[in-house]
Amino acid sequence: MQANLFRVSKQSFLVTNLLRYQSTSSGVPIDRSIYFLSKIDKDEPKFNKILIANRGEIACRVIKSCKAMGIKSVAVHSDVDYNSLHVKMADEAICIGPAQSIKSYLNIDAIIEAIRQTKSEAVHPGYGFLSENMEFARRLAEMSVEFIGPSSKSIMAMGDKIMSKRIAKQAGVSIIPGFDGVITDEKHCIEIANQITYPVMIKASAGGGGKGMRIAWNDEEAVEGYRLSKAEAASSFGDDRMLVEKFIDNPRHIEIQILGDKHGNTLYLNERECSIQRRNQKVIEEAPSVFIDPETRRKMGEQAVALARAVGYTSAGTCEFLVDSQRKFYFLEMNTRLQVEHPISECITGVDIVQEMIRVAKGHSLKFKQDDIKINGWAIESRVYAEDPYKNFGLPSIGRLSSYKEPVKNLKNVRCDSGIEEGSEISIFYDPMICKLVTYGPNRQTALDTMVQALDNYVIRGVTNNIALLRDIVTEEHFVKGDISTKYLQKVYPDGFKGKSLNKEQNNNLVAMAAVIYAKDLLRSREILSSTVEKSSVKNFDFYVFDNSQKEHKCRVEKKDGKFVVILDDADTLTIDDSFTLFDEVIDTSLGDNQKLTLQLISKESSGNINLQYLGTKYNLKVVIKNAYDLLKYMPKKKQIDLSSVVVSPMPGIVKSVAVQVGQMINEGGEICTVEAMKMQNKLIASRAGKIKKINTKVGEQVEEGKVLVELE
Amino acid sequence: MLLNQALRYTLKPNYLSKARLGLNACNTVLNNKNTRSYTQGLSPSVINSLKVKSTLKNKREEALLGGGQKRIDAQHKKGKLTARERVNLLLDPGTFVEYDAFMEHRCTDFGMQKEKYLGDSVITGRGLINGRTVFVFSQDFTVFGGSLSSVHAQKICKIMDQAMLVGAPVIGLNDSGGARIQEGVESLAGYADIFQRNVLSSGVVPQISLIMGPCAGGAVYSPALTDFTFMVNDTSYLFITGPDVVKSVTGEDVTQQELGGAKVHTQQSGVAHLAFENDIDALVRLRSFMNFLPQSNREQAPVRKSDDPADRVVLSLDQLVPLDSAAAYDMKEIILATVDEKDFFEIMPEYAKNILVGFARMNGRTVGIVANQPKVAAGCLDINSSVKGARFVRFCDSFNIPIITFVDVPGFLPGTAQEYHGIIRHGAKLLYAYAEATVPKITVITRKAYGGAYDVMSSKHLRGDCNYAWPTAEVAVMGAQGAVKIIFKGSSNINEKEAEYIDKFANPFPAATRGFVDDIIEPRMTRKIICQDLELLSTKKLTNPEKKHDNMPL
Repeated sequence: MQANLFRVSKQSFLVTNLLRYQSTSSGVPIDRSIYFLSKIDKDEPKFNKILIANRGEIACRVIKSCKAMGIKSVAVHSDVDYNSLHVKMADEAICIGPAQSIKSYLNIDAIIEAIRQTKSEAVHPGYGFLSENMEFARRLAEMSVEFIGPSSKSIMAMGDKIMSKRIAKQAGVSIIPGFDGVITDEKHCIEIANQITYPVMIKASAGGGGKGMRIAWNDEEAVEGYRLSKAEAASSFGDDRMLVEKFIDNPRHIEIQILGDKHGNTLYLNERECSIQRRNQKVIEEAPSVFIDPETRRKMGEQAVALARAVGYTSAGTCEFLVDSQRKFYFLEMNTRLQVEHPISECITGVDIVQEMIRVAKGHSLKFKQDDIKINGWAIESRVYAEDPYKNFGLPSIGRLSSYKEPVKNLKNVRCDSGIEEGSEISIFYDPMICKLVTYGPNRQTALDTMVQALDNYVIRGVTNNIALLRDIVTEEHFVKGDISTKYLQKVYPDGFKGKSLNKEQNNNLVAMAAVIYAKDLLRSREILSSTVEKSSVKNFDFYVFDNSQKEHKCRVEKKDGKFVVILDDADTLTIDDSFTLFDEVIDTSLGDNQKLTLQLISKESSGNINLQYLGTKYNLKVVIKNAYDLLKYMPKKKQIDLSSVVVSPMPGIVKSVAVQVGQMINEGGEICTVEAMKMQNKLIASRAGKIKKINTKVGEQVEEGKVLVELE
Repeated sequence: MLLNQALRYTLKPNYLSKARLGLNACNTVLNNKNTRSYTQGLSPSVINSLKVKSTLKNKREEALLGGGQKRIDAQHKKGKLTARERVNLLLDPGTFVEYDAFMEHRCTDFGMQKEKYLGDSVITGRGLINGRTVFVFSQDFTVFGGSLSSVHAQKICKIMDQAMLVGAPVIGLNDSGGARIQEGVESLAGYADIFQRNVLSSGVVPQISLIMGPCAGGAVYSPALTDFTFMVNDTSYLFITGPDVVKSVTGEDVTQQELGGAKVHTQQSGVAHLAFENDIDALVRLRSFMNFLPQSNREQAPVRKSDDPADRVVLSLDQLVPLDSAAAYDMKEIILATVDEKDFFEIMPEYAKNILVGFARMNGRTVGIVANQPKVAAGCLDINSSVKGARFVRFCDSFNIPIITFVDVPGFLPGTAQEYHGIIRHGAKLLYAYAEATVPKITVITRKAYGGAYDVMSSKHLRGDCNYAWPTAEVAVMGAQGAVKIIFKGSSNINEKEAEYIDKFANPFPAATRGFVDDIIEPRMTRKIICQDLELLSTKKLTNPEKKHDNMPL
C-alpha cells in the first residue's frame, strides 16, 4: 500500500515539474511590516530545515515565516493535495498517503518517514491534526527532532481537558463547576448532568475547534449529544473520551494568547474576543475585546501565565475563558498549539508568533518582555468558509474555486491567510475554510470599515461561501456596538440567517443595476465587428425587473453621455456610470453624484436572469423586456416540487447512519439519517409525520447536495 | 381636408370585433348618410381610391387577428402565444416586414370557400435580430389549427427563396396540426416544396426550427431537415403519428407528451437540440442563439466585441484534471473557464451527455466546441455521442465556424449493444465529419486520447491545425492495464510491466516527439494560445477535392 502511494506521488512530480517552469505562485510576497517586535536576526543560529505536518492555510502561514527566517521548508501532502498551495510554496514536498486524514495527515508513521527522508530538524504541527498528539511529540523526541510546540508533558497536562482542570484549580485559576472524570456511557452522562444541573456541555476530552461538542438542556438531549459527540470525537481525534461540565449561558468567549521560552520567560499577548460562534465554532474574532478593561486583562493574563508556568509551558498556547456579564471569567481549556486566529494577536502586538515558536524551539529566549507587549490598534478576523450560511449558519459545501481573487491588491491593512488559490478544490476530506480575512486599523471602526470593503471586493466563485453572513455581522448594530456573546447569532438571527434585507434605496440600486447590465448586454449584441449590422438608434429600453422577492419594477433605461439613466417605477431616477464591462467580476461604479456603488456580477443569462452580489448577499433578479412582460400573463405557471415529502442531503457528504426502514411510521422531527461532512455529523429529521416510502441511500454512500435520501408517503 | 375627415370617420366604428368585414365596412362609408354628404360630388375614381384605401386599412387590421379573438383566447389559455406575438417578440421591435398578408386559401371543397382568413394559417416575412436580417415564418394555430394549405406552403417557400438569394437565416416557428386535409394532395405537395427548399438551403443559410405547439405527420420532416430543432416544454410535441393512431396500430396507450414531448426528443431520441421553459423564454433565448451564427456560408463566423481579455491566464485550469487518471472531472468547467465570459450555448445538453457540443466565443469570435465529458460514461464515444458530435461538426464546417475540440476519451464503448446497433457505421460519422472539415480546427488533449477515438477527435492526422496536449495527456493505443495484458500475456510481474508502460506512454511525450501534438502547454495558457491561433487561422484556406457531393456513411 505504502509503496503504491509513493508511486502516485512520483507521477505527480512529473506533472508538477512540468508545470513548474513557469509557475509564479510559489513566491507569495511576505509583508513583514506588521511584525515590529519580531525582527529577523540573520546571525542567530537556526534550524536548517523544518517539516510542516499540516496542510492548507496554516502550512502556508508557517512556510512564510520559515522563508523570512531563511529556513528550508518541507510540505507533506495527501495525494489529492499534490498541487495545493502549501506544496508549491515549500522548498520540498512529499506525499504521505491518500486523501483521508487518518491515512495521511494523521498518519504518524508516514510523517516520521518523511522527516527521515528529508532530514528535517524540526516539525511544526500547525493546528488540528497532530498538533496536540502526545504520541507524535514522543516519537519526534525519540528521533531527536524538535517539535515546534510545548513539551509532550505540557501537551499531556493541558491537552487533556480533565487533567488540565485539576491543574488549573491548583494554580489558582478560576474554573467552571463540572465533573472531572471520563463519562462511561449514556446513563452515566445523564446522571452527571443531573448532578451538575442543566444546561450542561458534553465535550470530547481531546476535542477542540467545536468538534465533538454538544450542549444539552435535558436528559434526551444529553443522550443524543453524548452519542453524536462521541462519534465525532472518534472520527476527528481518534479519542472518544467524553466529559461533562456546567454550561454557562450567554457568556463571551475570550482567550489569552501566551508565549513562553525555555528560559523561564512566559508572556501573555493580550486577549482575543471570539464570541461570534456557531455550533461552538468561531466565525469572527477580534483583538482586543471591547469588553475587557485593563484590570481584567491583567488578571486573566496573569492567571494564564501562572497556569503555563505550573506545567512548564513553552512555545505558543492559548487559555480559553468564558466571561460572564459581570466580567467574571472561568478557565475553559488550554490549547497547546498555534491557534487559528493567531493573526489578530500578531496585528496588535507586532509579534510573529510562528517565528517566536520556531526560535523558542531552537532554544532561544524571547527578546521582549511583558512591558513591550502593547495593544496597537485593532484587528478583526473573518473566517471565510466554504459553507452555506443560510443553512444553520453554515453547512459545509464543496466545489472548485472557478474564480478566486483575494482583496489584497487594492486595499491596505488587509491580511489574507489562505492555503488555496484559483482552481483549488474544496473537498469533503478537509476543513472547509477558504481564508482567514484579517483587517486592522488604528481603531475598531476603521478595521470594521476595511473589513466591509474587503468582503465586497473578495471574489469567490464556484463554491458556496459565507461572505453574506460575515458582511451582515460586521455591519450589524449590536456587533458594531460590541454588544455580543456566544449567543449572538441565535439572538440576532432567531430564525436563521436569511441574507441581507435591503431597504428601498438599496433595492432600487440593485434593480437598476440589473437593468443596466441587461441593457449593456443588448447594446453589445449589435457590436458585430465582422460584418455590417443595421445601426439602431435605440438607446433606451423599457424593462420590467423582478427583484429577489419577485416584486416587479417598471424600469426605463437610457444611455446618455457615458451614463445610464434609470427611471424606476415612474418615480425614482438613478444615474449609473458606464464605467465597467460585462466581464468585471467586481463592478465598481458610481451612482448619481459620486456615490460609490460596488456589486459583484455573479452570472448573467440571455434569458434575463441576473445574479448579483450586493452588500455581501447574492440576489436573483430577472429582467424582462416590456413586450415580453405584456405577454407573461399567458405563460403556464411552473409546477412546484413538494419538498415536505422528501429528505434531501443539505450538503455533500457521507451517509453515516440511516435510522429508518421502508414502511416505518415516523413522527415530525424524528431522526431519519445522519450525514457526515468535514467531520461534522448532521442529523436529518422528518419535516412532517408520515410513512417511509423509499430509501434511496445506504450507509457509507457519498452523496451530493440536494440528493433525495428518503421519501415519505 | 374632406378626405381626411372621411377616412378618420371610417376608422372610428369598432370593426375589429367583427372580423372579415372589410368590404362591408367600405360600403358603410358610402351608404352612411353622414358620409354621403361628404362624398357627394366626388368623381368615381376618387371614390374608388378612397374605398381601396379604407379597405386596405381594414384588411390589415383584420389580418392581425388571425383566426379571431376567440381562438386567440384559446391559444393563450394553452399557455401559448399567437403567431404574431411570437414574431414580434423574436424580432427587434418594429422591424417585421410581412409578406403575403393578403393571401387566402383557394380550396372550394367541403364548404371551405366560405371560411377564409387573410394570410391563411401562417405569417411570413423578415425582420432583424439585433440588427441582422432573418426570414421568419410563424404558423398560426388559430387559423385552421395552423394546418398546411398550398398557400401556406407557398408563403413559406417564398421567404425561403428570398433568404437564399440574400443570404440570411430562416427561422420557422412551428405550431401546426398537420396537413390541410380538405386540400388533399395539394397540401402534401406543399410539404415537399418546403422539404426541397430545406435541403437546398442546407449549408447555405442557417435554418432553425422552434417547435411551439404540435408538429405531426409529414410536417416533422421539415424541422428534421433544418440545422437546429428547438422545443418548448409542455406545450410542444413532434411525432410521425399521434397517440390515436399508435393506439389503433400497436395498442400502446401513450400521451402526446410521452410520445413526442420536449423531454422525449431532447433526452431520448435526440430529434430536438434544446428545450425551453415557455414561449417567451424560447424566443428571447433564440435571439441570443442567433448572435452566434453567421448570416450564410458566404460569411465568416461573426466576431462580437469582447470584454474578456484574449490573453487571460486561466489559473483554475491547472488543477482541474485529477491526479488519478480514473477519476472523473467536469469537462464543462474547462469550457466555461476558457471561453469568453463563461458564455457557452450548449446544444443537446440532455442527450448523449458523454460528449459536449455548443457555441461560445473566443476573443469575440464564434467557435464551436466539441468535448468529451469524462463525468459521463468516462467520456467514451458511443453511437449517440458520435452522431451528436458529427452533426455539430458538420454544421460548424458548413458555416465557417472554427472548431475547438477538448479531448479526454478512453475509446469507443465496447459491447454487443453498440456493435449490434452499428457503432462502426455511426462512429464513422464523427470521423468523417472531422476529416472533411476545412474550418480552423484546434485540439487540446486534456487527458486520455486512446485508440481509434484519439484519431477521431480532431487529431493531427485529420488535418487538425493546432494540436496541443496538457501535461496530463496520455496519447496511447489503450490504457496501461489492458495494454500490458496483451503485450505481456502470462507474464508474472504484470505490475512491474504496467508501471513500465505507464512510464512510457501515460504522458504526452510519445505524441509530442512525433509531432502529433504541436506543443505541450500549461493548462492556464490554453485560452491565450487558442485566441492567438484563431487569429492566425482566420485567413486559413483549404478546400476539399471537387465532387458532386460526398458520400457520408449514414
